[in-house]
Amino acid sequence: MFAYSVRRILSLVPVLLGLSLIVFFMIRAIPGDPAQVILGQLATKEAIADLTKQLGLDQAWYIQYFNYLGDLLTGDLGQSLRTKSDINNEIWPYLAATMELSFVAMLVAIVIGVNAGIISAWFQNSWFDYAAMVLALIGVSMPIFWLGLMEQWMFAINLDWLPTSGREEVRNPVEAITNFYIIDTLIQGRTDQLVEVMKHLVLPAMALATIPMAIIARITRSTMLEVMRSDFIRTARAKGLSMFWVVYKHSLKNAVIPVLTIIGLQTGLLLGGAILTETIFSWPGIGRYIYEAINYRDYPVIQSGILIIALLFVLINLVVDLLYAAIDPRIKYR
Amino acid sequence: MEISTRKQMLPPTVQVEEKVASPWAEAWYSFKKNKLALVGTGIVLFFILLAIFAPLIAPEGINDQKMSVRLQAPSAEHWFGTDDFGRDILSRVIYGARISLWVGTFAVMGSIIVGCLLGILAGYYGRWIDSLISRIFDIMLAFPSILLAIAIVAVLGPSLRNALIAIAIINIPNFGRLIRSRVLSVKEEEYIMAAKAVGMKDSRILFQHILPNSMAPIIVQGTLAIATAIIEAAALGFLGLGAEAPNPEWGKMLADAKQFMIQAPWTMIFPGLAIMLTVLGFNLMGDGLRDALDPRMKS
Repeated sequence: MFAYSVRRILSLVPVLLGLSLIVFFMIRAIPGDPAQVILGQLATKEAIADLTKQLGLDQAWYIQYFNYLGDLLTGDLGQSLRTKSDINNEIWPYLAATMELSFVAMLVAIVIGVNAGIISAWFQNSWFDYAAMVLALIGVSMPIFWLGLMEQWMFAINLDWLPTSGREEVRNPVEAITNFYIIDTLIQGRTDQLVEVMKHLVLPAMALATIPMAIIARITRSTMLEVMRSDFIRTARAKGLSMFWVVYKHSLKNAVIPVLTIIGLQTGLLLGGAILTETIFSWPGIGRYIYEAINYRDYPVIQSGILIIALLFVLINLVVDLLYAAIDPRIKYR
Repeated sequence: MEISTRKQMLPPTVQVEEKVASPWAEAWYSFKKNKLALVGTGIVLFFILLAIFAPLIAPEGINDQKMSVRLQAPSAEHWFGTDDFGRDILSRVIYGARISLWVGTFAVMGSIIVGCLLGILAGYYGRWIDSLISRIFDIMLAFPSILLAIAIVAVLGPSLRNALIAIAIINIPNFGRLIRSRVLSVKEEEYIMAAKAVGMKDSRILFQHILPNSMAPIIVQGTLAIATAIIEAAALGFLGLGAEAPNPEWGKMLADAKQFMIQAPWTMIFPGLAIMLTVLGFNLMGDGLRDALDPRMKS
């Protein structure tokens, strides 16, 4: 297991170098003079020269790249052109907001998706099976930005059950400690704020969870059907074990690998989808941070935001890969 | 007389063998039996016809503004209601099919051409070419796809053309990897070795033998990729990074409708429904094609 983990971690080095190269060249790929594009047509020559120097664009590209890499390794993400503050100081609250939203969305997707898949497989060809699979089919085809808008219209505007946007009640703001508001309100024992935070989470998390939930349900169903037809399950049933025990103890354990793969892959979709969901629900996460930076042509922020999300995606996939090896020992010998 | 007598005496198995259908005919037969796939194909054909005959079907032009009827609810006159400029939403949704299908199809065709070329090079020549191309694919796949598309459009500038380019680029590694793995398995087949042995050129082997034998998974992946590309184009349009006004692109229509959510929800219901239906159609058709063309994936 140790050797496999080391090998897997080392395989990340070229990927991470590649990520840094792509993000580095992003700003250099802007057609024309990047400083001119960022500052607009009315910028003075001095301002353009200053920005060119600030971005290090006046040096040879390989020197720029090594400087950029050095900065990254020391945890320096540069300065925002809009707010003039260090990106590594201002990015954390945004990142925490996205992580909290993505985590809750993934949890919802796993709990509902896996159970819907199991019940569908258990009662194959029943009305539940058909209904769940039709819903899953629609779920996979649903644009999340449209679903988000529809949820807002239905549950926040028409029914007035949940807040339309934001992360907290503006009149009762959460005092940030870790910037994960669920944890922060729990630490401070503020159940009133916890309820508000949870209420704000429901709509964006449901919108974000829909596609992964649908895919997880479909994969769980098909893997469970395959596992449930195998000999050892028939034996377990013949021995008189209850169906519940057979499904949740024996079948699910054997069906978990493909489901785990999908969960790993879906995290990327989730992080990508966050930019859309956060824009709709004014969720102050990293997706919205990047979106606003695009509108202000704040390229250092765009670069850092994209790099951080990609890094998070790579790390989550690493964890998923290591988890496989822990669950299924055959994988590390392949 | 003698021949017909002998034919009658042939064992039944021999007669069955004579009627064995080609793999494509077999796939078509299997596809026809899949009801969901037929529904999907019907939806796709419906939207293709809408797109082709939009000027004949749409009750009004895409930009016919009538301020006197702005933000009107669906009625007999305007089936899908009107938007804030008094434009007929049904007409705009119909014309929008042209943009979405155009972007989806051409972006995917671009990804298939470049992806196949790179995948073939990597799979056939192997060694450092394979390592280099595969690493590039790995790096591209390390980004959540929509994020990479956003980054590309942020660099190139927001426009429908740049959105198409971005979507084409982000889908390249999917096709590249697929074709690479097909080439790796096909190139070990005996007929490829025979072709090499008789001195056939690499380009002829690649384009006359290996590529046609890898078509089935490309068709399946391509159909499913069009669905994703349509959603991605709409997402970029929604974020203001794709089509510009007054283009009736569905994502852009949704972005414009956002501010009228309370007084005119129909402005956002119908464009979203159109995206969902088109994507559902391509997904169902793609699933059906996969079951028919790729027996290993049969559920």
